[in-house]
Amino acid sequence: MPDATRTVHARVEGVTRVYPGRGGQPPVNALGPIDLDLYKGEFLSIVGPSGCGKSTFLELLAGLAEPTKGTIEFEGRAVRGQVPDGVGVVFQEDSSFPWLTIQDNVAFGLENEGVDPAEIKRRADFAVRFMGLADFAKSYPAQLSGGMRQRVCIARTLVLQPRLILLDEPFAALDQQTRLLMGDELLRLWRETGATILLITHALDEAAMLSDRVAAMSARPGRLLEIIPTGWPVARDSRIVEDARFGAITARLWTILRDESMKAIGRTESKGPA
Amino acid sequence: MKARQALYTAGFIAALLILWQVIFLAFGQRVLTPPWATFANAWNMLKMPDYWPDIGESIRAFLIALLIAFGLGTLGGILIGTWRACSEVLEPLLVNINTVPKVALYPVILLIFGLGIWAKVVFGALHGVIPIMISSIGAVRNVNPIYVRCGRTMHLTRWQMLRRVWVPACIPEIFSGLRLGFSLTLLGTIFGEFFASQKGVGFLLMNAIDLRNIPTIMSLILILVLFAVLSNSALLAVDRKLHRRQA
Amino acid sequence: MTRYGWMRIGIVAAAGLILEILCRTNVIPRLIMIPPSEMLASAWKILASGEIKGDLYFSLINIAIAIGLSVVGGFLTGLAIYSVPLLRATLEPFLTSYSAVPPIVFYPMLIVIFGLNRIPQIIIAVMFGLVPMAINTINGLYRIRPVFSKVGRTHRVSALASVFRIQLPAAAPYLFVGVTLAVSYSVIGVISTEFILSASGIGHQISFAYDNYDNRTMYGLVVLLLVIATLLNSTLRYYSQRMLQRWAR
Repeated sequence: MPDATRTVHARVEGVTRVYPGRGGQPPVNALGPIDLDLYKGEFLSIVGPSGCGKSTFLELLAGLAEPTKGTIEFEGRAVRGQVPDGVGVVFQEDSSFPWLTIQDNVAFGLENEGVDPAEIKRRADFAVRFMGLADFAKSYPAQLSGGMRQRVCIARTLVLQPRLILLDEPFAALDQQTRLLMGDELLRLWRETGATILLITHALDEAAMLSDRVAAMSARPGRLLEIIPTGWPVARDSRIVEDARFGAITARLWTILRDESMKAIGRTESKGPA
Repeated sequence: MKARQALYTAGFIAALLILWQVIFLAFGQRVLTPPWATFANAWNMLKMPDYWPDIGESIRAFLIALLIAFGLGTLGGILIGTWRACSEVLEPLLVNINTVPKVALYPVILLIFGLGIWAKVVFGALHGVIPIMISSIGAVRNVNPIYVRCGRTMHLTRWQMLRRVWVPACIPEIFSGLRLGFSLTLLGTIFGEFFASQKGVGFLLMNAIDLRNIPTIMSLILILVLFAVLSNSALLAVDRKLHRRQA
Repeated sequence: MTRYGWMRIGIVAAAGLILEILCRTNVIPRLIMIPPSEMLASAWKILASGEIKGDLYFSLINIAIAIGLSVVGGFLTGLAIYSVPLLRATLEPFLTSYSAVPPIVFYPMLIVIFGLNRIPQIIIAVMFGLVPMAINTINGLYRIRPVFSKVGRTHRVSALASVFRIQLPAAAPYLFVGVTLAVSYSVIGVISTEFILSASGIGHQISFAYDNYDNRTMYGLVVLLLVIATLLNSTLRYYSQRMLQRWAR
């Protein structure tokens, strides 16, 4: 798709995040500088080694934290200190509220918006069914598996009909097979809502198979080293791994990130097999 | 960090003493004695032989109660804890019994043991023994099975297993139970002395109420409070050290 | 009801039966203990006749006031200590040592200051119950998972609404444990003071019966007291467990 016809949904310019040093320690450069244009309706992943600042970046974009330098814009308006309307976030750990039923969990966001009860029920029911949780609407999160709880968190985000969905390693705690299925779910969600999706993940294959573009982030302080367009068709699922380009993309990502990953675990290059 | 903590603690104690002095200034000496006078009076009382029989009685009752509570509680708890079926049945029962306000049983104990030292001892021991038992059962049952398996792979004899695996693994949690039991036994013994007693610090206190002897009341309370706080702090220090080794 | 549950009931019933037999055969003389069946009958008679209604109300109202003050005061204290770092640094070590001192020792002093009425009794009961509530409040607030506040912010919930919709429910199981303890200790505090020195109340009546060698009344009242306390504690523990089960992972 030519760039000229795409609108920029969110723009990040020159953003850095520095944590002040405490107790005589020098300040920590956690992230940046980062420049990124997020296009409307695209599915973009960010991969990088642990501790590189991917989650920090997501929090900045969501308005949950403020950048030390630089600007963040969503739909033309600055993001500063609070989460803008139209942005939804799914966190890495299961954040479903244990004291509410699935139905009530999903409806949580709507209760705040002053929507009338009938409408709340309709939209919550829809989101619950959309994520395949209809049979468990009256259950509590403790009775569900990890994968299902993450689906509850996604459903809870969906009821507010967000235009940008940010996901911070949402499937990290799940086994590989469930992850693959959840990836398909995410693609279905993306197609049917038309939202822009930003997925943070450490799994190269996940990023390569799901996204329109994959951004590789360096070790701390995280900078975007390269953005690889995948060129996948919109109607795709996890079986895209059959495509020859999948291997090439994943290999390219690993070439970029191998050194960065070693930096992250504190090792330098040792001359291994050529 | 520790120095700062000590500063805060000292500051807090100082604030309490100042508050005490202020209340005294506000309400007058018919109702309170000021900090310095109370400390001085307490010190004098401890030196006066007149008070020694009662203080001795209290200490004796408390120590016997403590011995019974510690002994029965630890042994009983360990035995019950080692036999799985037994602990499954008894532990919830003990927890339930523990929630019963034991004060309600004091008159019964008085009827059984009479007005002497034994009523106090049994009542004090009663307060401490059940929590200690529950704690000991927990300590034994919660020993990480990995430790036991390690011991077996090293072909330890049963005596060695006991000495080098079970005992060190259980001690921190049992000790925490003992520390709790200490405070509870103290509570039980003191209460025992308030009600229908004819000797001991508690009895002196009740006597002092009748005579409206404010300085004596305040000094006795101070002695009891200091004893409780100091002994608990000492136990807490040991408790922390034991747990640090485990962590 | 599990197999072990039945065994527990069996043990308690057997103990009661043994006591009954020992009392009836005079192995345990009547001067010391009356048979459990007679204790229950006496308790029923006392309750039915309403002769101690005034004392019962006195005690129950005192307990209720003490519970209210302990729970609210304990919650606010815990909240304050949790929120203000200076308070936390200063007071937290004292909280754990607080249980070392039996508050009952202050009863004589309070009687001198306030007189022989319900005020010293309620104060002692609150001294028993407030700190466990505060400790559990701090614990509960401390254990609220940080991600919950983030969820609140992503849903743009205001700070005040967040307290009621996220933080209180999240801390609820621990708060409930605190409430259970506050109730338990308030009962102990009120009854203890009534035994020692009081003009009215169940504890006072038990003490009075004891002094008058009126075993029948005394045991009846003791049983009544035990039943009331057990009912209170069991109900609270039942709801506490249900809440925890819903949460358990």
